[in-house]
Parts: sequence; C-alpha cells; structure tokens
Amino acid sequence: MPLNMIVCCKQVLDPEAPPASFKIDSSTNKVIPPPGVPPVISPFDEQAVEAALRIKDQQGGKITVLSLGNNLLRDVVKKPLSMGADELVLLEDEAFEGGDSWSIANALATAIKKIGEYDLIFCGRQAADWDAGQVGSGIAEILGIPSVTVAKKVEVADGKAKVERVIADGYQVIEITLPALITVSNELGEARYATLKGIMAAAKKQPVVWKPSDIGLEPSQVGAAGRRTKLLKLFQPVKEGKCELVEADTPAEAGAKLATRLREAKVI
Amino acid sequence: MAEYKGVMVYGELLEGKISSITTELLGCGRRLADELKEELLCIFVGDKLDEAPKKAVAFGADKVYTAEDPLLKEYQTDSYIAVMEKAVKDISPRILLFGQTSVGRDLAPSLAFRLGTSLSMDCIELGIDPGTKLLQQTRPVYGGNARGTFTSETSPQMATVRKKAMSPLEPDESRKGEITPFKVELDPTKVRTKVLETVKEEVTGVKLEDAQAIVTGGRGIGSPDGFKQLEELAKALKGAVGASRPPCDNKWVPDTMQIGLTGKIVTPELYIAVGVSGASQHLAGCSGAKNIIAINKDPEANIFREARFGVVGDWKQVLPAFSEKVKELLAG
Repeated sequence: MPLNMIVCCKQVLDPEAPPASFKIDSSTNKVIPPPGVPPVISPFDEQAVEAALRIKDQQGGKITVLSLGNNLLRDVVKKPLSMGADELVLLEDEAFEGGDSWSIANALATAIKKIGEYDLIFCGRQAADWDAGQVGSGIAEILGIPSVTVAKKVEVADGKAKVERVIADGYQVIEITLPALITVSNELGEARYATLKGIMAAAKKQPVVWKPSDIGLEPSQVGAAGRRTKLLKLFQPVKEGKCELVEADTPAEAGAKLATRLREAKVI
Repeated sequence: MAEYKGVMVYGELLEGKISSITTELLGCGRRLADELKEELLCIFVGDKLDEAPKKAVAFGADKVYTAEDPLLKEYQTDSYIAVMEKAVKDISPRILLFGQTSVGRDLAPSLAFRLGTSLSMDCIELGIDPGTKLLQQTRPVYGGNARGTFTSETSPQMATVRKKAMSPLEPDESRKGEITPFKVELDPTKVRTKVLETVKEEVTGVKLEDAQAIVTGGRGIGSPDGFKQLEELAKALKGAVGASRPPCDNKWVPDTMQIGLTGKIVTPELYIAVGVSGASQHLAGCSGAKNIIAINKDPEANIFREARFGVVGDWKQVLPAFSEKVKELLAG
C-alpha cells in the first residue's frame, strides 16, 4: 500500500563545524554563524528522510518535506528532494524566527492539517541547534495521533507500523496504529547520498511557500511572539583547557610515560 | 483555577528498586521545595512498586502518590500520559521534574503539550529565581557547545534532568512521609501502541553507567578489531569500553556502547579517550568524568581542551606500551 508521508526538516548551523569556531553574541543571546560554514539540514532530520525513503523503496508512496524558518537556503532545504522526496513545503517568513518548541510544533501541526492526507509523519529526535527534543511529540499531541520517539527502524504492514525504539540497554519493538508520528535517532543508520539525477530533479522543483496567514495563524502566534519559554541567558561553559601533554622520543615511550605519570598523579 | 503548589518528582524503578536518577531528582527537588517553602511530592506509575515509595520518603519526599495497575506494567505513552494528566490536574504541582531517561524523554514532552505548558529537557542545573520565584532551567544546547537558561510562566513548570547532574540526599529511613494510592480508570482501548518485544543488548561485564574506569574508542580506531585492544586495557582497569558515535554508526560496536548527547552519560573517575576527536556531542556524555586522558594523533583535536593528561601520537603505537605499563603498575 503506497503511503503518504510527511518529514519535518530543520535548517541549522552545521553541528560539525569546529567547536573552536563556535561564538555567542551575549548582547542578543544568539549564536554568531561561523563564517564560511554553510547551514545544513539537522542530521537527525536527514535520517528521518531516510526512514521515509526506505518505506517508499519497499511499498511506494509520496514524501512531502516540511521546513520552517526565515531566509531558508534553497540549496540546503532542497537536499531531501535530491535524496528522493517528492514535494517541499516551506513555512517561510520573518515571523517564524526565534520560535520555541511550542510555537514551532504548533505551526508545523497547523501546516500538516492543511496538507491534509498523511499516514506517517517523521521528525528527527531533536534538532542539532537547540536540542530541545519536543517538536515531534508536540505535533503528535496537537494532531491527536499516537507517537513513538527515538526510533532506529520502521516498517509498515496492514495499516500499522512496527517500530524499534531505542532504550538505555537495547530496544523495544512497538506496534502503532496509523496515522502516527515517529521521531528518528542516529541508530537508524546513515542517510543516503543525493544522486545526480535527484539533484537535477530537485533543481527544477519549486517549493510551495506558506506564510502564517496561509495556514490561518496570526504573526503573534508563531516564532518568537508565540513562545512559551523565555531564554534568559545563552552562554559558553568555561573550559579549563589545561592538558598536560606527555612527550617522549617515540610514541611507545610516550605511552609508557603516560602510565607512570597517571600513577604519580594517583589517577590509576 | 487551582493554585499550583509543591515540587513533584516523577519516580522510576530500575530492576524493581527506586532508580538512582529518582534519588537525584528528589535531592534536587528537596532543595527547590525548601527554597519555595513548599512540599516535595513524588509519583510512581507502574504495576508493582514494592518498597520504592517508602524509599522516596527516605530520600526526601513529603508525600508519595502511587498509581499501581496491571495495565501499567510496561511504559506506553498513551497509558502513562493518562495517569500523569489526571495527576497534574488533581494535585497541581508548581514544578514537575522527570529524569532524562527512556521514559522521561518520551513522556515529558507529550505531557507538556497535552497540558498546554512548557518544558526544558536534559537540564543540568535548576534554581529558583529569587525575584520572580520561577524555575530557572539550564541545559546544554548546540550539541553541548553552549548552555541556555530558560524560564516559563505556564504551569506546571516542567523539566527533565540529566542523569548524575544532581546529588541525592543521604537516605534517612526514619523520615516520615505520607504514601497515598492514586486511582486512575484506564481504558485499554485508548492505548494506540503495543509493546511486542523488549530486546536487551547490554554487553557483558561492567555496565558503562556504573564503571569507574572507561576506555573509549573513536573514529580513529578504524575497525572492530581495534576495539579488542581497548577491551584488554579496560579489563586491566576493571572498567568498561565505550565508543563515540562514528564507531557505532559504522557498526564496529553495538549502539548501546555510544557515549554522548544521544547515547549514555557517564561520570567515571578515569576516562581514557583513544582516537576520539572530542566533538561537543561526545563531550556532552563524558565531561563529568573526573580525569579525562586523551590519546590522539591530531594535536589540534578538541579532546585535548577537555583532557587532564594526553599524548599526541598514533594510538596504535602509543596504546600497547601504555597498556603494558598500566598492567605492570597495577600488578605492583
């Protein structure tokens, strides 16, 4: 049975950028984007696209990708299309900036209602910027559908999904009725690369762009204005950065010397 | 509208006993309740709670609610949320704390949205703002590169708390507290999920969370075989072997060995990172270790910013001699 699937993808600052390049503007409580490092789709969201693609590979279906933000870079947000997704809907407006889990989940859920038909909604387990980990569960609650979080495998048969959910010492196999929302964890495995054919097809595809009014929301209900939490302070933890490097003529000698040094310092 | 009062801890059991994260939450909750001059409440949801509610009193709770029902044998979002939704509506706590556990990270956000309130996940510090009396919730953001402090004016104020971020009180078995059964009518037809199977993948030997010494391999280890050498060293130190994300993603080792933001959080005395670059996402899982030791061929590797001792060099050449010397010193 072909399925209608929706995947929520967030454009974020590249989490793989060197930690030393990470800077905060403490007067605005915002991160200063590192120069020369383009944004990416949050890695867990890419894996959410992968989860949907694996189902599409098996039984066919349509994948609609939904991204929310302002000044979304087309090359970045089109990546899921070049991997094999079918449609792209952008919630793009100044008013969507600065949201928290509540205002983001509310806007996404409202847009999903407008899209209308869906069997499965996928999100990453958390976004690589704010690491809040709530938007997936929030969308499910607002839509009144069941959810499974932190999935590493998803299969669909007979109107139900079978989901492997990661737990501390293994995993659980959970059966869930459709429509349902699933958040995907890195244990799912790497997302596929874009194909050349996919990149060319994605380049031709025009995303649908919705503003708050297109989904029936006031600017005061979305983004920073719609927040339920207040960010008091954003700061970088202080690092001591006092590593004692043990040196010797050969790497092996350095290894032995390190052990001796640890004993002297009563670490072993 | 009801007045929101008291600090409530969502209690969990581990292998039939009160879990350590619950005792940590009670320790933190006690401090917050005292600052607010309010009560510390605790609720357990499950099918067989045994001694855990009594223990919660010993660890600082004033009142413990017990929701016991055979239908609550296994955690399922729909059944547990039904209990907690009713509990919050009946008891109306000012603050509601969960552990950042398999259950907490699933239940807390669903419940927050169900109740129309807000939540901060994975907090490492909680305090009461002296002026507004609001809960200040501090948690790592941007993969551990930064921290954010949040407040919210919606009630209850909810947070999940990272394991080992808070300290439990010394248990006092003579402490007095009230234990009250909490009745909820459950409708099994409203539970839209079914747990078909629970698969344990725990590796043998010392558990990562309990280990006092951990040897962790990163991308630089390069293969499953490389991890055998780490095991040998871990064995000598009576510790456990962990991994950063790349070895798990590459299937060199099981996912359950992953230490980091999305894996396990560990706080051993000794943490030896071998071929680990030290991405913030990984450090989020091990920065609570007392002594971090790094072996990495890249002198610029971020792990050296976190380590107390280190060697710059190829681990294949450094580690055998290091392990040999460690064994010799431990034997002597």
